Amino acid sequence: MDKDVLKEIVSVLVQNPMRTILSMIGVAWGIFMLVIMMAASSGLENGVKADIGNRAVNSGGVWSMFTSIPYKGFKKGRRFEMDMDDIQFLEESIQEIDVISPRCQAGGWQGGNNATYDNNTGSFNIYGETPGLVKIQPMNITQGRFINAADIKDERKVCSIGKKVFTTLFVKGENPIGKYIQINNVNVQVVGVIASMKEGDDSAEENESIFMPITAFQRTFNYGKAIGWFSVKSVDGYPISELQERIKAKLKIRKSIHPADQRAFGSWNMEEELADVNNLFASLKFISFSVGILALFAGIIGIGNIMLVSVTERTKEIGIRRALGAAPSVIIKQIISETLLITIVAGLLGIFFGVLVVELLNNALAGMGDSGSFRNPTVSFNVVFSSFLILIVAGVFTGLLPAYSAVRVKPIDALRKE
Amino acid sequence: MILLENITKSYETGGNSMQVLKGIDLNIKSGELVSIMGSSGSGKSTLLNILGMLDNYDVGSYTLDGKLIKDLSEKKAAIYRSQFLGFVFQSFNLINFKTAWENVSLPLYYQKVPRSKRKELALQRLEEVGLLDWAEHLPSEMSGGQKQRVAIARALIADPKVILADEPTGALDSVTSMEVLDLLKKVNATGKTVIIVTHENEIAAETERIIRLKDGRIISS
Repeated sequence: MDKDVLKEIVSVLVQNPMRTILSMIGVAWGIFMLVIMMAASSGLENGVKADIGNRAVNSGGVWSMFTSIPYKGFKKGRRFEMDMDDIQFLEESIQEIDVISPRCQAGGWQGGNNATYDNNTGSFNIYGETPGLVKIQPMNITQGRFINAADIKDERKVCSIGKKVFTTLFVKGENPIGKYIQINNVNVQVVGVIASMKEGDDSAEENESIFMPITAFQRTFNYGKAIGWFSVKSVDGYPISELQERIKAKLKIRKSIHPADQRAFGSWNMEEELADVNNLFASLKFISFSVGILALFAGIIGIGNIMLVSVTERTKEIGIRRALGAAPSVIIKQIISETLLITIVAGLLGIFFGVLVVELLNNALAGMGDSGSFRNPTVSFNVVFSSFLILIVAGVFTGLLPAYSAVRVKPIDALRKE
Repeated sequence: MILLENITKSYETGGNSMQVLKGIDLNIKSGELVSIMGSSGSGKSTLLNILGMLDNYDVGSYTLDGKLIKDLSEKKAAIYRSQFLGFVFQSFNLINFKTAWENVSLPLYYQKVPRSKRKELALQRLEEVGLLDWAEHLPSEMSGGQKQRVAIARALIADPKVILADEPTGALDSVTSMEVLDLLKKVNATGKTVIIVTHENEIAAETERIIRLKDGRIISS
């Protein structure tokens, strides 16, 4: 489209600026909505994914439940426990295990006060852990260290505490390292403070936890060698769900459980969890996009309507143009170009304001710190680009109807119209 | 220049067919100044529309500058119109949001002449009709006579062979009517064929040849 043609089109559009602007608002609003809705769903997605933290994607957990099939003389409904030997056995027999970390838990949710320092008490989750945990579930170590291999080997009564534990038990500014806190009346020395890298509820849970070496935990709380459950991470490139199935199969043989027993072990993994989250957001995005596109179409239909009115009003002008040598195709091109120009300018305005609002929202959220399940809303270039393409195609099609109605009137009839 | 042989044309109105032209034979030579006269309903406007390729005819043949003009596509008609014809209308038919020079240059826009060249030619034509000072004015700021002179300048811009004027003085007072007529005569003097449709005897009397129509037939020419 050269400058001359553009000038001609603009000269027509500015004849009725109010009408042009009003029809543009429809399309601008539609694409604005599209941008905002896509940004909102991406913000929600980012928020939820941040909740998950940067826990290794190929990680998961396995715990024991009750058998559901009688096997080798055992009745169904048998309860069984896993212990440290099982973990060692798994570690030795399956190469694809990258990290396996046996875990125990005491206290916690809605439990009574179980930790004391000075005159401060609190109710926390008490975990028995191995150093491997931080490879599966990264945590920020803000002071001191996490429990280490020597702690495990020597069954040291030490612990790393969550930052909420620290703020509850200690006064601000106090150095907790080396201090003894009482956990269920047992003195345990603090060796480090950790802060969760997750968001929301998960992060609160982690920050309210006390991590002890699992060996010391088992001895202190009379667990023997028993463990509650274990976390496991597969080597890179090996699917965690497959690894979990192999682990369960091995454990079933070891624990005399029917190979087809599906209820003997419980498990979860990040792979499945992420797949669920991704599915959810894929559908949310699809819905946002559909609604946005529909709003856009409503706007475009508005433009088509206005152009139809405009063409009817300009019957005489178009008649003159044709008497002066404008071929019908030239008139059609002009009407379509007018429609397209309005649509494109309106679309760009809508995109501009949509992105502006998203950016402002982004800044406001950044200033608020922890923003819960909504963060960093963005619109991808692809979305903007494809909706713009849709807009252009729709603009051309919308222009067709008024364009053909403009040339349907014979020039002679058009000229006669007063 | 223009050769009509046995042209007939009828319109369908509510199931009735009304024959407006009942066999027109006419020969207008290059450079003639002709007027077509007739009362309303005589078919003179229809004849002019056929001459201007704004309307089709049923039977006969119309030859313009050696080219047979029959059943043209809209596109072809548009091309011929811009090559051969210049129109002057009773109601001027200027585009009201365009300035005088833009109106004059519009036919060139559809011949894809660049804007600067268009302006140059348009100003030249406006000078010829004595309206150079009004080049940047809108039609709404002009008198009827001025508007018609702008329309004549527009009709001339593409250097057509024939000027078709449909009641060019119909909306003007007698003084401006004569001015416009003088202008058309001047145009004729440059060698262009000028055909004026009118119902005013004073106007027709100024032309070299009067073609009288009655009930769809030529009664004298």
